Amino acid sequence: MPDDVQKPDQTGQTIWDRVAESHEFKDLMATKKIFIVPAFIFFLVYYFLLPVLVGYAPQFMAQKIWGNVNLAYLFALSQFFMAWIIAGLYVRASDDFDEISKDIIDKAVNDKEFRGSK
Amino acid sequence: MSASLIMFLVFIAITLGITYWASKRSAGASAYFAAGRQVKSWQNGVAVAGDYMSAASFLGIAGIIAFQGYDGFMFSVGWLVAYLTVLLVIAEPLRNAGKYTMADVLAYRLKPRPVRAMASLSTLTVSTFYMIAQMVGAGALVALLLKDSGIKYSHAVIGVGILMIVYVVFGGMIATTWVQIIKAILLMAGTLLLSILVLAHFHFSFAAFFDAIGHVTYHDKGTEVVKDFLTPGLRYKPPYGPLDLISLGLALIFGTAGLPHILVRFYTVPDARTARHSVVWAMALIGSFYIMTTFLGFGAATIVGRDFISTHGGTNMSAPLLAQAMAGDIFFAFICAIAFATILAVVAGLTISASTSFAHDFWTNVIHKGEERKPGEEVRVARISAFIVGAVAMAIAIILGPTANVAFLVALAFAVAASANLPVIVLSIFWRRFNTAGAVTGLAIGLLASIGLILISPSLMAVDPPTVTGTARHLIQAKAIFPLENPGILSIPLGFLGAIIGTLVSNEPSSAHRFNELLVRSNTGLGAEKASAKH
Repeated sequence: MPDDVQKPDQTGQTIWDRVAESHEFKDLMATKKIFIVPAFIFFLVYYFLLPVLVGYAPQFMAQKIWGNVNLAYLFALSQFFMAWIIAGLYVRASDDFDEISKDIIDKAVNDKEFRGSK
Repeated sequence: MSASLIMFLVFIAITLGITYWASKRSAGASAYFAAGRQVKSWQNGVAVAGDYMSAASFLGIAGIIAFQGYDGFMFSVGWLVAYLTVLLVIAEPLRNAGKYTMADVLAYRLKPRPVRAMASLSTLTVSTFYMIAQMVGAGALVALLLKDSGIKYSHAVIGVGILMIVYVVFGGMIATTWVQIIKAILLMAGTLLLSILVLAHFHFSFAAFFDAIGHVTYHDKGTEVVKDFLTPGLRYKPPYGPLDLISLGLALIFGTAGLPHILVRFYTVPDARTARHSVVWAMALIGSFYIMTTFLGFGAATIVGRDFISTHGGTNMSAPLLAQAMAGDIFFAFICAIAFATILAVVAGLTISASTSFAHDFWTNVIHKGEERKPGEEVRVARISAFIVGAVAMAIAIILGPTANVAFLVALAFAVAASANLPVIVLSIFWRRFNTAGAVTGLAIGLLASIGLILISPSLMAVDPPTVTGTARHLIQAKAIFPLENPGILSIPLGFLGAIIGTLVSNEPSSAHRFNELLVRSNTGLGAEKASAKH
C-alpha cells in the first residue's frame, strides 16, 4: 500500500477516516462486539473461578463426584471443553465478520481516490 | 550406540534435510521472516502447538503432577485456556496490521523509533530468558539420557545451540515451521501412545485408574506416606498458595498472547481468516495434549512412583521413566528423542523471533530509520543476530551449569509478556487516546516490575541449607520480600497503569488522528501484507 493513500482530501479526511465512519464499518464493529465482549468476559470468569475455588474452597472442591473423581478435577477438565466450545462458536460467528469485511474492502479499493493513488 | 542416540540422530538428519530444502526457498525478507505468508491453517496450527509446548510442559508438568498431583494439572488448564485471548483479541488484528513483529502494529500510529526500541528490548528479554531456561533443561536432559555415550552437559548445550542456529540462519521461518510441525506430530503421537499404555495398565478402567490416584504411596524423609493425589493443595499451600495460583493464571492468560515467538507465527499465513483457523487447530492439539498430562503425570505417580523417580533423575524424568516402565528401553528412547525434538523446536522459534525483532525493529527501523541501505540487509542482519543470540544463550547456559535454578525464567518470560507486551498491544488497538509516551512507559514499567518482583520473590530469595551449592543456590540468601513465585497479579496492573498514566500526562494528537487507520486495518484487513506469489 503506497503511503500517499493517507493523504487527506479537501475535508481533511483520509480514506481510513471515511471507512471508519461508514455505516458498514460501524456494523462490523457492532457485530464483533456482540460476540467477543460477552465471550471474553465469560471465559475470564469461568477460568478464574477454578484457581479461586481450588485455592479458597479446597474442601468443597475435594468432594467426590464419581468414584474417586472429585469436583476439582471435573471442573478443571470442563475448562478444556469450555475453551473448545467458545473457539468453535467464534469461528462460526466470524463468518459474518468476514462477509462484512469483504464488502468494506471491495468498496474501499473501488474508491476513486484510493485507486487514483495506486 | 544407544537407541536414544540413534533416534536423536535420525531426527537431526531429517531436520537438517528440511533446512537444506528450506534454505533454497528463503530468499527475500518475506520468505525468510514469514515463510512467504503461505503457510496453511492446519500447518500453522500444528506449528504453533510445536512452538508452544516446551520441555516445561512435556517433562515439567508431567513431573509436577507425578510429585504434587492435582495442582500440577492446574498448569495444564491455563496453558490451553490462554489461547482464547490469542483467538479473540490478538491473532487477527496482528495479522491484519503487522508485517514481521508485534512492534509493527504499534508503529502505525505511534512514533516508530522509541516504540520499536522498547518493544525490541522486551522481545529480546522474553526470548533470551526463555531460551536459557530451555537450554539448561536440554543440556541436563540430553546429558542424563546419553550418559552411557559419554556426552556431557556442555556438549549437549553446544549441540542444541548449533542445531537451532543452523535451522534459523539457513532455513529461516520455513525450516523453523517444519521443525515445529514434525515435533508437534511426534509429541502428540508419543503422548497418545503413552496414555493408551497407562490406561491398558489399568485394563482400560477409568475407575481403577482414578482409584489408584486416590492412594499414591511414597516415602517422605524415611516415613511412608499415602496421599490422594487428586486433592488440591499439595503444591500451593496457604497462606500465599491460592494467591500464587491466581497470579499464575493471570500470567498465562495474558502472557501467552504477548509471547513474541507465538505472535510471529501469525505473520506466516495468508490472511486473518487463516490466522484464526490456525489458532483453532492449535487449540485442538494443545488441549488434547494437556488433557493427556492426566495419564502422563498420574500414571508416573501411580505406576512408577515418586521414590523411584527421585533416585533416577528427578521430577523431569517422570514421563521418560513411565515410558520405560510401560514398554521398555526402545519406547524410553523414543520418548527421550521426542523431548529432545520438543526443546529444539521451541528454541528455534525463540531464536527466529528474537533475531527478527532485532533486525526489523532495531536495526532497520530504529538505527536506519526504516530504510534498508542495501537490498537484503535486513535478512543478513537477522542471520547474524540469530547466531549471536544463540551463542550468548549457549554461553550463559554453560556457565550456569546443569543444576542451576532456572525454572523461574519461564515464569519471568510469561510475566514480561503479560505485563509489558500485552497491555501496549491491546491499548494500541482499542484506545484512541493511546500514544507513544504511554507505550514506552507501559513497556518499561511492565518489564521492570516483572524482573524486580521476580528478584525479590521466593524463586530468587530464600535461605538454602549448606548442602545446596553453586548456581543451584538462591541468588539472595534471605527471606523473600514478595511472597509469590508469579508476579503477574501485581506486574500486569502496573504495566497497564504505566501505559495509561504515560498516555494521560502527554499529548500527541497525531496518534489519535491515525487511530482510524489502525482500527480499519486491524479489523478488516484492508491493506494487509499479501502472501508472496511463490517461493
